[in-house]
Amino acid sequence: MRHERFLIRGTALIAVTLLAAACGTSSGDSDGAPAPGASGFTPPKIPQLQQLGAGEGAVSILAWPGYAENGGNDPQVDWVTPFEKQTGCKATVKTFGTSDEAVTLMKTGDYDVVSASGDASLRLIAGGDVAPVNTALVPNYPDVIDFLKDKAWNSVGGQMYGVPHGWGANLLMYRTDKVNPAPTSWSAVFTDAGKYPGKVTAYDSPIYIADAALFLMNTKPELGIKNPYALDTKQLAAAVELLKAQKANVSEYWSDYLKEVQSFKSGNSVIGTTWQVIVNTAVAEKAPVKAVLPDEGSTGWSDTWMVAAASKHPNCAYQWLNWIISPTANAQVAEYFGEAPANKKACDLTTDKSHCDTYHADDAAYAEKVWYWSTPIPQCLDGRTDVQCTDYAAWTRAWTEIKG
Amino acid sequence: MTGNVALPRDGLRRRLSARLTRSPRSRLALLLTAPLLWLGLAYLGALAALLVTALWTTNTFTGEIERVWTLDNLRIVVTDSVYRSVTLRTVGVAALVTVIDAVLAAPVAFFMAKVASPRWQPLLVAAILLPLWASYLVKAYAWRSMFGGGGLIDWAGAPFGIGSPGYGLTATVCTLAYLWFPYMVLPIFAGLERLPDSLLEASGDLGARPGRTLRTVVLPLAFPAVVAGSIFTFSLSLGDYVAVEIVGGTSQFLGNLVYDNIGAANNQPLAAAVGLVPVVVMIVYLFLARRAGALENL
Repeated sequence: MRHERFLIRGTALIAVTLLAAACGTSSGDSDGAPAPGASGFTPPKIPQLQQLGAGEGAVSILAWPGYAENGGNDPQVDWVTPFEKQTGCKATVKTFGTSDEAVTLMKTGDYDVVSASGDASLRLIAGGDVAPVNTALVPNYPDVIDFLKDKAWNSVGGQMYGVPHGWGANLLMYRTDKVNPAPTSWSAVFTDAGKYPGKVTAYDSPIYIADAALFLMNTKPELGIKNPYALDTKQLAAAVELLKAQKANVSEYWSDYLKEVQSFKSGNSVIGTTWQVIVNTAVAEKAPVKAVLPDEGSTGWSDTWMVAAASKHPNCAYQWLNWIISPTANAQVAEYFGEAPANKKACDLTTDKSHCDTYHADDAAYAEKVWYWSTPIPQCLDGRTDVQCTDYAAWTRAWTEIKG
Repeated sequence: MTGNVALPRDGLRRRLSARLTRSPRSRLALLLTAPLLWLGLAYLGALAALLVTALWTTNTFTGEIERVWTLDNLRIVVTDSVYRSVTLRTVGVAALVTVIDAVLAAPVAFFMAKVASPRWQPLLVAAILLPLWASYLVKAYAWRSMFGGGGLIDWAGAPFGIGSPGYGLTATVCTLAYLWFPYMVLPIFAGLERLPDSLLEASGDLGARPGRTLRTVVLPLAFPAVVAGSIFTFSLSLGDYVAVEIVGGTSQFLGNLVYDNIGAANNQPLAAAVGLVPVVVMIVYLFLARRAGALENL
């Protein structure tokens, strides 16, 4: 009896709280939050560092796993310790798993530098979390490959907000023994996915919607998609429809790259989107796979090292920026992670001499085909002003809906 | 005599002890303060925080939580068909896992409690407990390789022309049923162990066949134990998202929605709103268990 009364009371308590909250909302905005960034994409005025001073003796690094290795994972893989020895800046490294986590962590103000992908960098700039970077204070900057500079995801109005780290393209990987003829188009995982029922794979993130949008951009010109990250409601709906149809043939979505390697090795997946590092790993494990950059081009990532607006160690932060794009360190990172280095001199220092060729590091035409991850925002990135584009929250909701 | 001598020195302690002896209320208060504080602050407090977060919203661009009261998140969770189908899928799988575990565990537990010799009993308990000592992830990945292409199921089924169903709900149900099996066996075993053998003998002496004894004596007495076990298996399945991620293929559970909303979308309020669904389901479940008269026997 007592239990029952307790339960009833508990339920009643929740009901009352809900009611109270419901009353409280009557004055609230029921149409949802005001459009984010509605003030336009003008970054807050934050001064850049004018001249380098002495190092502060410490730097706090927020990085993708594998970007700032200090020998903790593999004693052979260490470019943080040489940095500490050379500059006297004691480095503390914190890794993050998603771009959103990086954005959230940067807001704490505890970090001096961050390796931001294009779907985080814009938000960091707009949120005033990172400062413009004075590239004149980074001696290695002139060696950075030109087609990585002054891009939409690392600069605003010609002002760089960081230094390019490296980049990679999402490729189409397939089992050579199961997929015949070799695919040349993303249609293999969209309109023709039915040829491999239950064997198609896709990247498990809302940003994957851009892959569908890129395909539609090429195959359905009447939709008027000019940039896969600038979708109005109708265009997003078309992409969602395409992905929902794809889902019927998907074995599983991947976000952990080892999961995809294993899935291709066992034959659970025979075709799907991938990264170069995954292809290499799978081939090293004797899986009969190949990857192509399809005719439509591809989505990809291009990462940027940024400096926190409230950095407590700006001089050490700049020294880190210079170090990580130095030929030695940049070559090590690019090889360890499996991507194209940003510094062209890094290509001579990789242990695998064909690394830069494999990753097309200096291939501007190849890089041109890549649509780098960007944060979808209400202000259409393709320059349209007559419509509002769907933002990342809408993409996230759509992704939930697609997965069902 | 000694008591009189000790009085001045231990005066305070004695007075306190005398007072506690006289007043059961202060004794109770002293005993319960710490656990109640823990329950109130850490447990219910966390739940209340969850509830409150669900009523806020996030700025999707800067990712910051805006403390504006709104029922939008709850409305989305209740009205959006995606959340409804995910809830139904999650509850359905949790119920199926519970039924499978109960059906499999009952005979095992009965054997352990009533048939096995005293020498074998501890060994059997250890055997049931053994998988609990291995990491959850290892077990989930073991099932992943079994259901994978060219895995154990493919290999064993090949002579009969049966292939692995692949990753999906079937694999998820099997994995979860395996993972939570000990949590069902142990309560039933404990329940049956308390059941006096004399009752079984009396039933036999009165002419009941084993089947009837099972139906009219064992099952009614073991029922509360089954419900206790089902609370474990049901709630654990309801909240699981890792096994689903590993063997679930493209299907998602409530836990995956919570994880995605916090991890990928940075939308804590919506995650909190989704997180309330299992809480509500469990309240309903416990309420039904109470109506069935199971809770008072726990």
